[in-house]
Amino acid sequence: MNVPADLKYAKSHEWLRVKGDTATVGITDHAQHELTDVVFVETPALGRKIKAGEACAVVESVKTASDIYAPASGEITAINTKLAEKPELVNTDPYGEGWIFEIKLSQPAEAAQLLAPDAYTRQISG
Amino acid sequence: MKRTPLFPAHQKLGARLIEFGGWEMPVFYTSITEEHLATRRAGGLFDISHMGEFLVSGPAAAEFLNFVLTNDIGKLRPGLGQYTLLCRETGGVVDDLYAYQLADAEFLLIVNASRLEDDFAWLQKQWRGWTRRAEVKLENLSEKYGAVAVQGPKVAQFIDQVAPATGLKKNEVAPATFHGETGYVSRTGYTGEDGFEIVAPASVIEGIWHALLEAGRPHGLKPAGLGARDTLRTEVCYPLYGQELDENTTPLEAGLGFFVALDKPNFIGKDALLAQKAAGPTRKLAAFKMQGRCAPPRPGYPIWTSGSSGPIGVVTSGTQSPSLNLGIGLGYVAQNFSVPNTAIEIEIRGQRAPALVAPRPLYKSSPAKT
Repeated sequence: MNVPADLKYAKSHEWLRVKGDTATVGITDHAQHELTDVVFVETPALGRKIKAGEACAVVESVKTASDIYAPASGEITAINTKLAEKPELVNTDPYGEGWIFEIKLSQPAEAAQLLAPDAYTRQISG
Repeated sequence: MKRTPLFPAHQKLGARLIEFGGWEMPVFYTSITEEHLATRRAGGLFDISHMGEFLVSGPAAAEFLNFVLTNDIGKLRPGLGQYTLLCRETGGVVDDLYAYQLADAEFLLIVNASRLEDDFAWLQKQWRGWTRRAEVKLENLSEKYGAVAVQGPKVAQFIDQVAPATGLKKNEVAPATFHGETGYVSRTGYTGEDGFEIVAPASVIEGIWHALLEAGRPHGLKPAGLGARDTLRTEVCYPLYGQELDENTTPLEAGLGFFVALDKPNFIGKDALLAQKAAGPTRKLAAFKMQGRCAPPRPGYPIWTSGSSGPIGVVTSGTQSPSLNLGIGLGYVAQNFSVPNTAIEIEIRGQRAPALVAPRPLYKSSPAKT
């Protein structure tokens, strides 16, 4: 499984890419592999304020609906509108074009509490 | 959890496993969509060894079965099978099943894995109260047999390499020998495609599985899991016990009146079903298609109409249709909303999305060549 070295990870299989005070969020390669066949992504509303650990998006596969949790607190500043037409981007490019939303971080220190790539790799191979 | 004789084969193929009716079964090998589309375009191979097999034999077997099952067993002859239902006196469904007549006084019933014990207990109870019980023998052979389904438009091109089967017409069954063991091949299935099901002793089922995979590979056959089995049957609106059917649901509500022979002599549930037919069921199963892009419908979602002050029904099956590439489902609605082209709304996480009641099946495969 691909676990890029420059990202932070939540135990619930979201990744976080921090740039200054904003962060991009998606689901990991491992998560998309587990879900397979993503057919719909429900993104959070722009401007919504979320807390770390809060369910704020839904990824639907053929079989089931899975909640996506915010890895950090803040305000939704962008969503990936391409997913409306091409939800399969979550499968084909989970760390790139398959990103789900962007947060303006209200508590940037939270990111330090997420898993480092090696710790996440250990979790999914356990 | 119970495992089928094909469990090692599933592991070797790297299947993703789930619990289903007490069994550890493959949900998919590569992806539900891929396996679904392979079945629609070429072929899919399914392990259905979890399903139950009962043998009912003896001079009064046909009469007994005609009393406990809703369809007319008199329409069968040796070598022919039929879809039928087992009902309670209330008309509620104990199980839906296939009954095959193997010989004049011998019938094979294929029942749902999740209902196996309840079915057998119910049949035994009826048998104990049956006047000619000495002339009927009930056997549960579910442990002895494994089974596979091989389904799809290309299957008839290679099945004969494994079992002589293309001489069968739809719903016909014939014995076949596999490594010296006797099994049965039928031209039946749960996908809406032309296809076959093979029931054979557990000791030879893995050999059959591999022989089919090998014979079918050049034609595009793929192993397919329960995920694709579910999306395939949902597209053609076949009911799944536990979702569309249960003991509080009648075959008439489920739109299965064709398989209830109300004109035959007494059978269990007849009075209740006659009364329901006369009054008209208050709710009916409807198939629907979502209108426009939205999340797929799922079992348990409430069904509304734009003017209703409360839900008018509930979704029993729902998914994203891989063939149609839109959300589809089945659900029970108040009778007057079950007519095709009725506008309904499916409540998905608190938001209502528009859907349209559609004729069944929602997907029509190219006709089988028989």
